[in-house]
Amino acid sequence: MVTAAALLKRNVSKTGIGAQLGAILAAVVLFAVFLVLQGKSPWGVLADMGIGAFGSSFAWQNTLVRAAPLLLTALCTLIPAQLGLVIIGNEGAWLLGGLATSVLGASLPPSWGIGGLLLSLAAAAVAGGFWIGLAGAGRQWRGVDPTISSLLLYYVAWGVFLFLVEGPLRDPQSLNEPSTFPLPKEFLMSSLPGTSVHAGLLVGIAACLLAWFVFFRTRLGFDARIVGENERLGATLGLRRSLLVVGACAVGGACAGLAGGIQIAAINHASNASLNAGVGFSGILVAFLARQRPLAVLLVALLVGGLQASGGFVQRDHNLPDATISVFQGLLFLSVLWAEAFRRDPSGGNK
Amino acid sequence: MNLSTSNSAVGAIFIALLGGAIKTSTPYLFVSLGETLTEKAGRVNLGLEGTLMMGAVTGFGASLFSGNPFVGVLAAGGAGLLMGALHAWLCSFRRVSSIAVGIALMIFGTGLAFYLGKPLIQPQAPHLPAIDLGFWTTNPALKEALQINVLFIAGVVLAPLLAWFLASTRWGLILRLCGENVEAARAKGIQPERVRLLATAAGGFLAGIGGSFLSLYYPGTWTEGLSTGQGLLAVALVIFSRWNPLLCLVTSLLFGALGSLGAALQAAGLSQGFYLFGTVPALMALGLMILTSGKKRGVSGRPAELSVHT
Repeated sequence: MVTAAALLKRNVSKTGIGAQLGAILAAVVLFAVFLVLQGKSPWGVLADMGIGAFGSSFAWQNTLVRAAPLLLTALCTLIPAQLGLVIIGNEGAWLLGGLATSVLGASLPPSWGIGGLLLSLAAAAVAGGFWIGLAGAGRQWRGVDPTISSLLLYYVAWGVFLFLVEGPLRDPQSLNEPSTFPLPKEFLMSSLPGTSVHAGLLVGIAACLLAWFVFFRTRLGFDARIVGENERLGATLGLRRSLLVVGACAVGGACAGLAGGIQIAAINHASNASLNAGVGFSGILVAFLARQRPLAVLLVALLVGGLQASGGFVQRDHNLPDATISVFQGLLFLSVLWAEAFRRDPSGGNK
Repeated sequence: MNLSTSNSAVGAIFIALLGGAIKTSTPYLFVSLGETLTEKAGRVNLGLEGTLMMGAVTGFGASLFSGNPFVGVLAAGGAGLLMGALHAWLCSFRRVSSIAVGIALMIFGTGLAFYLGKPLIQPQAPHLPAIDLGFWTTNPALKEALQINVLFIAGVVLAPLLAWFLASTRWGLILRLCGENVEAARAKGIQPERVRLLATAAGGFLAGIGGSFLSLYYPGTWTEGLSTGQGLLAVALVIFSRWNPLLCLVTSLLFGALGSLGAALQAAGLSQGFYLFGTVPALMALGLMILTSGKKRGVSGRPAELSVHT
């Protein structure tokens, strides 16, 4: 019998965790240099970031709340990546997912209870899946670059979202910030017992575990990875590339859409412009930091969630703008890609 | 509505679109010319949205502190050049994906621009001048539309120059050879990585200048919502301009006009669906990509060494 620890160990050693830790260290050093250039003490800021992310049970809960959606939005990049497609329109699927949950949730009878919540979340997954599925279909049948098209689709989604939220779907009672009608309290997601962390965290963890299982333990996932590695070999084996490509994009989009829906049901309660806060874009970073490995996403989402949780802390105590965290995230992304150059195993890489 | 008012409404929309094409095409033009140069050398830089934002913020800051908007334009170009060089340097390592680096630079450039721009949200920097080509008309809307900014003129001059450079100069030939066949270039003693470094840095320089237009002419201030995806749209625009600088000029004008559709209709009294009109450039780009791509035919003018699926 293979224990979970052994599985994890095998997976971790395959990902070349040394190069990854080196990359994170390099990003920390670059960030420290950046802070010195800004006339700040790097030790003070970095220590406070650690405390803000993981220093107390309050900090941990804040970190977990931010990590929960990242688990799902990362899958929007990770799942198509197994087939060799680079998808970066996660934020668009997230927005439409949130909107779908708002619309359906506010129109179903509250007496439906948990069933109404589940239906509203299913609508989010369908909306996100359709949206990213379009990028997959464009790639498969017209050869349209899915990286560019998925990001263009985000700009379309954002325009449509604003139009609907400030126009036809607006709750007339939302005066300062135009919003949709809020979900009835019967459909709101509850927190895990004894914490402020919502149940979406468990959904995210389950989705990552499932993605790992499908891609690394089933025939379907194996076929998908063959198509991703070598299109011609896949064709020789008679694998249905079109189904796999469009399906992977749709499932990835469904994950990001579901994340947006959960965000509405657990935290925002209604859709408005504040939903476009970059969670989808951070998901891209998480997927690349995890080198497109589903189990590594569990750790990396925690790290990036912690980074974002520490943002308010850094802003308040060190008088640094909130974009400081974005600078650090950008440095992390660049360092991790740089680390590919120093990797020994020939199998990995996203090239 | 009688005929004469509907005519004048159509006329007003037409003039607003013409003005919009001239006024808002400049960032598309500079970014797409820069990306054409980079891609002709066989490298894709997807990160020009980040470069655009960095150009906007450094251009604004430099203009503010020096009092001279042209210093701002140069500083923006310099920031873009550094971003381009960073892209090329990272891509020069084996196994580092140029697509991934572009995505990272998009996120890094936007984040850094927001950071640097925090103290710049309030003040007003000296603007770039415009040249009045509407002196002959008394129609105020047309007069306004024919205020031609100097960067647009520079871009219009640059497009044929770049076409000539690529087609007819020795350096242009070397650059295209690196984009078409790396092995042949190496056999001729050319170092493709060095050529691509120069092409990506020069492309970044142009994209940075495109960013300075946003903060120094139109809209003419620094805000975090300054770019609505022009940097990415311009990268898409290169594809259906078939890597041809002169076509880049045409499509940039088209996208400038499309981008000002909402404002033009608003000026004509139609205020519904402002946000929907904002999605027209992205929809148009998607539509054109679907039409001009095609799995079997391939896209003419596409450098053979490009690693992006088009």
